[in-house]
Amino acid sequence: MTAQPAIHYNSSSRQLQFSGDWELANLPRLQTMLAKLSLPNSGEIIFNGEAIGRMDSAGAWQIIELKKQLEAKGAKVRLQNFAEESVKLLKIVDTKLNEEGDLPAIKKPNPIAKFGYQTVVQLRELQTYLAFVGQLTFEFLRLVFMPANWRWNSLAAVIYRTGWQALPIIALLSFLIGVVLTYQMGLQLRNYGANIFIVDLLGLSVLREFAPLITAIMVSGRTGSAFTASIGMMKLNQEIDALDTLGVTPAELLLIPRIMGLFIALPLLTMWSDIFGVLGGIVTSNNMLGITWYDFLRRFPQAIPLRSFLIGIGKAPVFALIISSVGCFQGMQVKNSAESVGQNTTKSVVLAIFFIIVADAIFSIIFSKMQL
Amino acid sequence: MKNQQENIIEIKNLITSLGGAVIHKKLNLNVKKGEVLGIVGGSGSGKTTLLRAILSLLKPDSGSIRIFGKEITTASPKTLLEIQKRWGVLFQSNALFSSLTLLENVMFPLKEHTHLNEKSRRDLALLKIGLAGLSAEAAVKYPAELSGGMQKRGGLARAIVLDPELLFLDEPTAGLDPETAAGFDELILNLQSTMGLTIVMVTHDLDSLWKVTNRVAFLGDGVVLSVESMPELVKNKNPLIQEFFGGPRGRAAEEGYGHKH
Repeated sequence: MTAQPAIHYNSSSRQLQFSGDWELANLPRLQTMLAKLSLPNSGEIIFNGEAIGRMDSAGAWQIIELKKQLEAKGAKVRLQNFAEESVKLLKIVDTKLNEEGDLPAIKKPNPIAKFGYQTVVQLRELQTYLAFVGQLTFEFLRLVFMPANWRWNSLAAVIYRTGWQALPIIALLSFLIGVVLTYQMGLQLRNYGANIFIVDLLGLSVLREFAPLITAIMVSGRTGSAFTASIGMMKLNQEIDALDTLGVTPAELLLIPRIMGLFIALPLLTMWSDIFGVLGGIVTSNNMLGITWYDFLRRFPQAIPLRSFLIGIGKAPVFALIISSVGCFQGMQVKNSAESVGQNTTKSVVLAIFFIIVADAIFSIIFSKMQL
Repeated sequence: MKNQQENIIEIKNLITSLGGAVIHKKLNLNVKKGEVLGIVGGSGSGKTTLLRAILSLLKPDSGSIRIFGKEITTASPKTLLEIQKRWGVLFQSNALFSSLTLLENVMFPLKEHTHLNEKSRRDLALLKIGLAGLSAEAAVKYPAELSGGMQKRGGLARAIVLDPELLFLDEPTAGLDPETAAGFDELILNLQSTMGLTIVMVTHDLDSLWKVTNRVAFLGDGVVLSVESMPELVKNKNPLIQEFFGGPRGRAAEEGYGHKH
């Protein structure tokens, strides 16, 4: 389709003959040919463009590049017999190349500076997060006294999406956790013939730790990420700015309904998870340890104090606040690009899970000090 | 350049529909080699849909679209790729990749479709960024750090980096201030004359239409109502066309450029 380009040097007439199509597609081949060519470093060299078929800006760039290289070595270059359009193109490329400065150098910071920079960035982010939480608290206090501004519809939608729609997956997950725990603990208990104590072990671990933790982790993956992504997209789309200019604070319409919604939904989900975790335990102990449903349920209230259930449920609102505030905060931190939505969503989930586990550890210490 | 009248795009009896609504009813349009063709029409007349169909981002219900003499509605991915390498597209919202710097954005097509070394790729990309009227300082920035006009220019640099024969511009001057828009018009004309491009531009900008285009296709009622040069088009008696150009803005633009044509 395109004529093969070629380049040939005639040393007696000091002419460099160009031929064929000098186009982008042929450029790599031309560059190899040029590399093999030995050209004099001094005197006048004539570039003869008579036989050039077509030339695009990439071809022109290559010719100008070659001319510059030769001139840098001390030779003189003269262009001859180029078509009118080619001359125009060459001229434009030449002036543009001269105008265009070098790329500004990118400074690479040394590791210590990088470490310091990162530390400052993290501390700043912590500060902004605290400011965000403070601002939300003020907004919340302002709204408490203005029931007319409560967004019941948004609240209901959030509870529906984060609570109701999560029921099946939480049920399945908790059931499986119940099965796994019972199986592992049952193996040990059976060695001592202490089968019935599975009720104590399972009940305490599921109600106090597993149900709140598993639910919170699941919800932060499911809901925290959704909060960040949806708020982030609204930020990119300037919807948040639009709300601000319309005299409705984003906190009132978007953030507080999400936070309150999850605050209500997560304890309920945790209770749901309690039920299915224990159910998983009952089924497995029935099959594996020979404890009937009747035996299990008769021992359950004797072995498990109400306190354990309340402690488990009591953690859920704290986890809910962590998930929703981190999710909303990261959403509001989205800047400029689609890339940043992805980064902040990742951050939101990772940070939420991290803080959930930290909070859970703190709870454990407090409860053991209080001997609960 | 041997045959000025050679058709680079031929659209015959194109029928497209979006979500049940018929957009084009047997639309015919030819684009000649080396010309700047404007596509205009009221809102919802199917300008962008037509462009998307030509770019094969949307499959028409029936009809034929031939680009460089090849049918693209039924083209194999391989043929399509060959055509895609020969055209450049500037989207309305620039569509610069936000995770890459401007330079990386412009180098991207070179990296995908040529076997050039890193240095040549960078130099060529820089040349195109320069041709689009941007400095090297802008090249290392991310799209989000550039102003709207600079993003447009960046998008144009990416569109011309493979030295295309055919350039599609979707609302190139939309969202630019009049001065930047005028500069952009100059730039398009400049590129067209130096690189010998065929340009298809969808635009609402009456100034651009007068200044840049050779012929203008007016879309209405799902067909091309008329294809002619601006001075002829504004005299067209079709009520839709009269309504479009007859307003105060249309007349002002006509007075500004009418004498030069």
